[in-house]
Amino acid sequence: MSESLLNVAASKFGQAEVYRVESESHPVSFESNKLKEIMRRDTSGVALRVIDEGRIGFTATTDASRESELIDRAASLAPFGSEALFSFPAPDTYPTVDIVDPAIPQVSQRSMIDTGQGLIERLLDEWPDLLCDARIGWSTGRGRIMNSAGIDEEYEQTSYYCSLGAQLIRGTDMLNVWAGFGSSHLFGDDELDRLLQTVRRSLRWSKETAIATANTGDLPVIFTPRGVSATLLHPLMSGFNGKNVANGSSPLGERWGEKIVDERISIFDDPLIEGASGSRPFDDEGVASRRHALISNGVAGGPLLDLQTAGQLGMTSTGAAGRGLTSTPVPGSSVIDIVAGDTDFEDMIAGIKEGLVIEELLGAGQGNELGGDFRANVSLGYKIEDGEIIGRVKDTMISGNVYKVLSQVEHIGDSSDWVFGSMRSPAIQCLGVEVATKDE
Amino acid sequence: MKYRDLIENALNGHGADYCEIRIEETDNSRLTYRGKSLDTIAQTSGLGGNVRAISKGGWGFASFNSLDDLTSKVADAVAQSKAVGGSKTELGEVEPHVDVVPAYIVEDPSKISIDEKKRQMDHYNDLVWSVDGINSADIVYGDTSRKTFFGNSDGSYIEQEQVHVITRISAQARSGGDVQQAGFSLGSQGDYGLIRDLDEKVIDAAKRAVALLDAKSLDGGERTVILDPVLAGVFVHEAFGHLSEGDNVYENDKLKEIMYMGRKFGGKHINFTDGAAIPALRGSFKYDDEGTPATRTALVREGELVGRLHSRETAAKLGEQPTGNALAIGYNFPPIVRMTNTIIEPGEANLEDLLEGVEDGVYVRNWYGGMTQHEMFTFSSGEAYMIRNGEIQEAVRPVMLSGNLFETLKNLDGIGNDLDMNQGGGCGKGGQSPLPVSNGSPHIRIQNCLISGA
Repeated sequence: MSESLLNVAASKFGQAEVYRVESESHPVSFESNKLKEIMRRDTSGVALRVIDEGRIGFTATTDASRESELIDRAASLAPFGSEALFSFPAPDTYPTVDIVDPAIPQVSQRSMIDTGQGLIERLLDEWPDLLCDARIGWSTGRGRIMNSAGIDEEYEQTSYYCSLGAQLIRGTDMLNVWAGFGSSHLFGDDELDRLLQTVRRSLRWSKETAIATANTGDLPVIFTPRGVSATLLHPLMSGFNGKNVANGSSPLGERWGEKIVDERISIFDDPLIEGASGSRPFDDEGVASRRHALISNGVAGGPLLDLQTAGQLGMTSTGAAGRGLTSTPVPGSSVIDIVAGDTDFEDMIAGIKEGLVIEELLGAGQGNELGGDFRANVSLGYKIEDGEIIGRVKDTMISGNVYKVLSQVEHIGDSSDWVFGSMRSPAIQCLGVEVATKDE
Repeated sequence: MKYRDLIENALNGHGADYCEIRIEETDNSRLTYRGKSLDTIAQTSGLGGNVRAISKGGWGFASFNSLDDLTSKVADAVAQSKAVGGSKTELGEVEPHVDVVPAYIVEDPSKISIDEKKRQMDHYNDLVWSVDGINSADIVYGDTSRKTFFGNSDGSYIEQEQVHVITRISAQARSGGDVQQAGFSLGSQGDYGLIRDLDEKVIDAAKRAVALLDAKSLDGGERTVILDPVLAGVFVHEAFGHLSEGDNVYENDKLKEIMYMGRKFGGKHINFTDGAAIPALRGSFKYDDEGTPATRTALVREGELVGRLHSRETAAKLGEQPTGNALAIGYNFPPIVRMTNTIIEPGEANLEDLLEGVEDGVYVRNWYGGMTQHEMFTFSSGEAYMIRNGEIQEAVRPVMLSGNLFETLKNLDGIGNDLDMNQGGGCGKGGQSPLPVSNGSPHIRIQNCLISGA
């Protein structure tokens, strides 16, 4: 079916691309300490993108009986479509990256249920008042990309994931903590223990409620790896997004090759890390994957580009195209890898007289991220006094600018932790974060 | 009744305590603009379905794109529910209904050619760029038709169609590394007319974006704030709505103790309502995704908690009545408890009354977004202006507001008389986003509200 769709489209339009996806996923969910639901989700569909007289037509369907409509629909849309600033790529040599674990589809319902129950029981042993949610699941997916320049490539990916959340209510004070991990390789007790440790540490540090000091712009703030992900990653990545760069909305537009943050900061987009969620041999337009330097020793590398944004900028695609089944490709990150430094996390805390630890935020991304700004309510964060964590902060908001904050780095943690399997980062201690809090 | 026989045959002899099938057909059109010109134009269609079953209190769910061999998909979902079940099935009573509900249509977007839609949006894109100092435009137009075909083992069979139109227009201005944006979002059920005659709004947004480059940012801290009806609608959705959803409470004894009927949250002037039975809004429908007829639910009356939102399960487990609030964004998700149209009922004050006596406050309008985690919430304004000595003065950069349910409603001390609806939003919960909802309010005033500038 795909071959004939491509052949018909290629002969009608000259240039055409067919993208086909099939996947199945099997999550098991626990709610309020109890097994709640078992699901099975099957998804399949096809997207057609054509270039007709220099313009792009795009259409997709999940209804196999309507695939024959795609050609006419693409023909009717292309005259109004945007100008194509690229040609579909020819076949290339693709790197190999191990993202399939044949053990994953063999994971039984029983074993997922036992895993969830085990995690919840171990937390309840220590904190009997908790209400825990958990989700354990596996999925397999197959993406196939074919184009009129001769590409016909397919890859398979497996995924196994586990997330664990816990809620503690004292009076009208509510605490929610969670941890999660996903990988294309099956994982076992070591990673599950790490999830439990993360949740336990959050619960321990939140035992007391502390008051943040207002307007403490010069206080050091430690972002844990999850805090880096929650606070800094999105505003930073919006500057590297090829669409924003092509539109002139990125503050990095003319700064490639310049020092933009502290020289100890190096960040890569790396789809070739084995087992990571987001690794792939080629992107969703069939362009080979590569490790891409976003920031090397504080210097801005280059933007993440798909075919169209590369065409707009007169550059070549960096293999960063991602897409949903029913949406056109857009450039984005795959696996983010932030290089570790040399400070032990405990030493970081011990060295701070007064400061904050940021783990999770509520409402990040509502502000003006394009300029690198962030601001949000601290949904999970802690106060440090005299080198020790004294409790959780509440009714506290932080704000700042990612470029400014990463230019005032004090320490970088000596180990990188995975954040849900698609980013690894050390803890980062910096200055320059504004803090607002309720008057007491 | 297109799929009635198919669904009834597949449900025959299902073997669970309760079983339902929902099939969906969708058609979508979308236009986006980034930078100076059109970015994408796309038309997509979808077919999918799911089976959901409950046995001894445990749920099984199977979703798919192919309707072949529905009977074996029923068997899968039922087997999954049996692997979970270990207690007892409790579902609120709902009379079975057989009904076909056509789309609510004012002006059908599917009757408008893609050519005309593009010309209209091209025009707004040109208008944004006609304002001096604009650096980029970010514009989205979308329309969707969603037909659902629902049947359950109680004997319901319901066909419903919903047509939605949305647009989001945002203008960006830049000075060096400083990028500012201003814009608005609109939505309607069944009315393409929504996107006509927006020239003034578009030019105003573009001018505001440019002006923001020279506007000051506020220092963070507590202030008196007055919210316009759009942002106050987002406030009631985030600050109160989510905690009134029955699935947050039904298996949580501590929350039940906190969210008991009759609990006082604020003064007698505070009245909140949610309901899909309020007609012709984005969150309006006749039946929810469990086949329960829509209602109108009083959540707060005179400052006291009097009701909450339910699915059949949460209603039964809390000994309350189903309210028709179980919704799924698509066939690959089970329905969960959601808000529909959420409203702060109007009071007596006009805007001048609310402004009176505010020495140093902020007037906040329009929205960027909002989030809730139980009692904590945040939401962001699209515009902000200083209030001094009871007067609205110069624009400052938009702010984020944050609060705590148990304190903020006590500080809500003024409610206007000018109810207006915000139809431009979508709600996300449990990985299901965006669900079309609306919210509305008159102008309101909150004392000692924590805001963050920057």
